[in-house]
Formats: sequence, structure tokens, C-alpha cells
Amino acid sequence: MTDAALCFEDVALKFGEHEILKGVSLEVPEGAVVALAGRNGAGKTTLLRVASRVLRPSSGRISIRGAPIDGFSRRDLAKELAVVPQDTPVSFPFRVIEVVLMGRSPHLGVLGFESRADVALARDVMARVGIEEFADRSILDLSGGERQLVLIARALTQEPRVLLLDEPTAHLDLAHRVAVLDLVRDFARDGRSALVISHDLALSARASDRLALLAEGRVLDCGRPADVLTPVNLMAAFGIRADVIQAPDGSPLVIPRSAASDTMS
Amino acid sequence: MKILTPMRALGSLSVLGAVLLVALILGLTAGPSGLGVGEILSVLGDRDATGPAADIVLRVRLPRVLLGALVGACLAVSGVLFQAMLRNPLADPYVLGVSGGAALGGILVLSLGSAIGLGYEAVPPAAFAGCLITTAVLYAIAGANARVSTTSLLLTGVVFNAFASAAIVFLASMAGLTEGASIFLWLIGSLSSIRTEVTGWVAMFLVLGLGSTFPLARSLNLSALGGESAEQLGVDIDRQRRVVLIASSLMVGAAVSVAGMIGFVGLIIPHLLRLILGPDHRLLIPASAFGGAAFLVVCDAIARTILDGRELPVGAITALAGGPLFLWLLRRYHQRVFS
Repeated sequence: MTDAALCFEDVALKFGEHEILKGVSLEVPEGAVVALAGRNGAGKTTLLRVASRVLRPSSGRISIRGAPIDGFSRRDLAKELAVVPQDTPVSFPFRVIEVVLMGRSPHLGVLGFESRADVALARDVMARVGIEEFADRSILDLSGGERQLVLIARALTQEPRVLLLDEPTAHLDLAHRVAVLDLVRDFARDGRSALVISHDLALSARASDRLALLAEGRVLDCGRPADVLTPVNLMAAFGIRADVIQAPDGSPLVIPRSAASDTMS
Repeated sequence: MKILTPMRALGSLSVLGAVLLVALILGLTAGPSGLGVGEILSVLGDRDATGPAADIVLRVRLPRVLLGALVGACLAVSGVLFQAMLRNPLADPYVLGVSGGAALGGILVLSLGSAIGLGYEAVPPAAFAGCLITTAVLYAIAGANARVSTTSLLLTGVVFNAFASAAIVFLASMAGLTEGASIFLWLIGSLSSIRTEVTGWVAMFLVLGLGSTFPLARSLNLSALGGESAEQLGVDIDRQRRVVLIASSLMVGAAVSVAGMIGFVGLIIPHLLRLILGPDHRLLIPASAFGGAAFLVVCDAIARTILDGRELPVGAITALAGGPLFLWLLRRYHQRVFS
């Protein structure tokens, strides 16, 4: 048992005969950003769903600062963990400010009318995420990328200790990708932590303290991004040949080889 | 950047309360005897009022207007709750088949009751029993498990309604002329054969329904962005579904048992109010109670007065008014979603 901000110990999950997670052990230390990478279907999103207790693991243990998540009430867990999903279905025309304020729900009473402080916090977060100009627009009217920014703002307004982000930059342009990952870094600076799923290996290597490669429901390797992103690991995790070079700031850059260039070499 | 505050919610509800009050007065004045607003108010203000005016107001019109308001409120509140639970703004209170069960129960007594000595007074309890059985079936299928998709829940309702419709057609075709007319009136929805003793029951189910679901209003807002997302914000989604399913079904059952299948109230009132007041259920749920009550009372007043000396079933008026309005709302909804 550790006192990590979030700790998975030998977590397994089965759907019928299909094993999605086969004994995942992973720590997200306090004040750290951990990136999670792996091919589609490796179990990344499932791991976030298990951490937020939307799914129950078949075996293993998940804890927050040493306390098992099963001991938390739903509301208390939501005060500890906030999730940014890849996308979310929207059925009613809530305005952006209303969606962002939903992040305050775990902190509010039964009917939960938000205080001025809650509204001020939501406005501040919206300004930081860069969505304050469409505060009054319906979420139904937003593009995929804009909607993703709203969900990030909602999660930050939740003021959790740990942020779980599932491909938060998938629908974003390059400028917004960098801005979102900077936000995640800022979030982790004052002792809070983040676990970020991303297919953008270059950006996640730059934004994270540790990188975990997930393959077939297991953690293949976890450590400093430069140590984990090796041609051997990339072959094992993604089944591709790739060159790994160093960016000017020292972070690793993965350059996949095409099948053609592979043949030529 | 307007945020819903308790004051703003109270302001909107006060306006709707005033609209309901006007509708109630209109409902009390509507009728062939030509009583004016002044006479109505003086009867209502006098505890010991007697005479023909007092009889008409207190014994005939007031029970009917009150029951109409309660039925309208039950239908509109359960409409908004089903829409929230199913995350579908176009769902209505009859969509899950509860009404089909209630209709089957009521029509069984209407068509076959006389053979076993049951009169019209047995129709509401039988209809309500039908509603309870349907609710129990729905609950067994999906109530305790939010992982059962809303699509499965909707399909269960569609199948149950289809089954109930087939059984009703069978019973109606077996029925005699008098029973057939009663069945027709009941299927379209009417307040003409109401019994004052059921008013308290309907009021009780409305109060229970509102009392148990209003505290869930905020969590229903969160569910609008998906059940999983709501869970991650601290909502017990299984409990939410259980409470909403049971409370809404009982309100629908209470309404259908006493007034038949009055259509459109539960569909268009929440939708119309959502367009005016926004989608926040902390306001939308009580607003729908006021709006549904006012709408049905006005429709009933029209049903009683539009034809000289004859009364139309109120369900015909709600459908005539609601059909075109619904199509307009549907067009607006699609424009919004696909813009």
C-alpha cells in the first residue's frame, strides 16, 4: 500500500470471458503528471473508468492517498477525482457557464444553487481555458474541440486532487493542445496530480513526469518518458518500427517508420 | 451571464403561479350558466354560500377545475422527469408503457366490469392497478440497473404499449355500444366523468412525486451530459433512476386512472417551458407543474364551451392544440441540434 495520489495495485477487469485489464499496477505520485499511452483497445479508458468507480474491477485495489476508493461516498470521490471524458452526449441545451458550474456539484447541497464564489471560480477557470467568450452559448452549438475545452473547464471547476483526462486534446488544434497540456502541468504544480491518456506521444512526453505504456491490459513499462519511449517498447506496445530522436529540449520525439521505408532500410 | 438563483427561480414560478390563477378563474367562469368573475369570487370567499351559484361553483366546477389542474400537473411533471431520465427531450409520460398498462386495466373494467357487477367507480382503481403492474415490470427490467440503456427501456415501453393497444382493440371490439362509447371517451381523455373523492388521491401522488424528485433536480441536470459523467460528479445514478421511474409512473398512473389518456400535456409543456426558461430542472420541474395545470384547465374550459350545449373530450382539445405546437417545437429542436 502506498500514499500515492492514485494507486492501482494488480487491477484486473473481465467482461465475460474477455479480459480488459490483466493486473495493472501503476502509481500517480502527488504533484506529478503521468501520461498513459497504448494502442486502441489496450485498456486505457477502462482504467480511468475503474478509477472513477464507474466500473468495478474483478480483482485488485485502487486507492487515493492510501485509502481504498470503495470507502469513499460518490460525492467524496468526486471531490477527489475529476474526469474529462473523450466526448459526452448532450441532450439539453445547457449554456456553457451552466455546464462548467456543474463541476461544483460535489461541493453543493441538495438543490445546489451556486454561490457567487462558485460563479467567480467558474469564470476564472473559463478565462484560463480560453472559453469565456462563449459562456452564454448552448453546448449543443459548439464544435467538438470547443466542447472538449468546456469539459476540461468543468473538471477544473470541480477542484479535485486528481485529474483524469481521456484524450483531452483529441479534437483540438495544435495551439489548444499545448495550452491544455500547460493547464494540466499548472494543475499538478501545487501538489495535485493528473493521469492523461494521449495518442500524441511527443506532447505527452513533454508535458508528463512519467509515462506508462499499456499493452493488452498490462503496464508494459513506466518511467521517465525518455526511458520508456524506446524503439523496443514502441514495437511491443504499438507493433510499429519507430525512430526516437531527441528534441532540442531533451524530450523524446517518436518518428514512426512507414512500411515502405522499413522495407527500403 | 445569467445564473439560476433561488430569487430568479421564485420570480419565474410567481409568474407561472399567476398564470395558473388566471387559468383557474377562467376554468370556473367557463360554462353555460353565465356566472361572472365577481359572482365566482364572492362564492369562493363566502364559507356559508348557498344557492344555485354556490352549487354550480362549489359542486360542479371547482372539483373539475381542481382535478384538471392536478392531472395536468402530474402529466407535465412526469413528462419532464421521463425526458430527463431518458435524456430525450421528445419523450412523453406515456412512452414507457405505464399508460398502456393503466389503459388496459381501466378498459378491462369498462368492457367486462358490468358482467361481474363492477361499475364505473371501479375504473380508476383498476387503471391504477394496471399502472402498478407495468411499473413493476419496468422496474424489474431496468429500474435497479442504470446500465440498462435508455434505448432498451424505451423499446420495452414501445412493446408494452403495442401489446396493451392490441388488447384494448380486442376488448373494444367485444364491447357493446355503451361500453364502446365509454372506452372511446377514456382513450381520448376526458374530465367529464370525474369523481370528487379521487381528487385527494391524485393530489397525494402529485405531492409525493414532486417531493421525491425535486431534490434530484440538480442531479438530473448532470445526467443531461450522460449517466457516466453524472456518476463521476457524485450522482448515484441507480437511485436516481429508481426514484424517477417509480415517482413518474405513479403520477402518470394517477392521472390516467381518473381522466384517461389525455395526450400532449406531458410532451409539449416541459418542452415549451424549456425553450422559455432554459433546461435547468431545479426550475423546470415546479414550472411544469404550474404550466401543465394551467394548460389542462384552459383546454378543459374550451372543451366545455366551444360547442353550444355539448362537451368535447378535453383530450381532443389538447391534441388539436398540441399537435401543431409539437411539430413547431420539433422543428426548432432539430434546427438547434443540427445547426
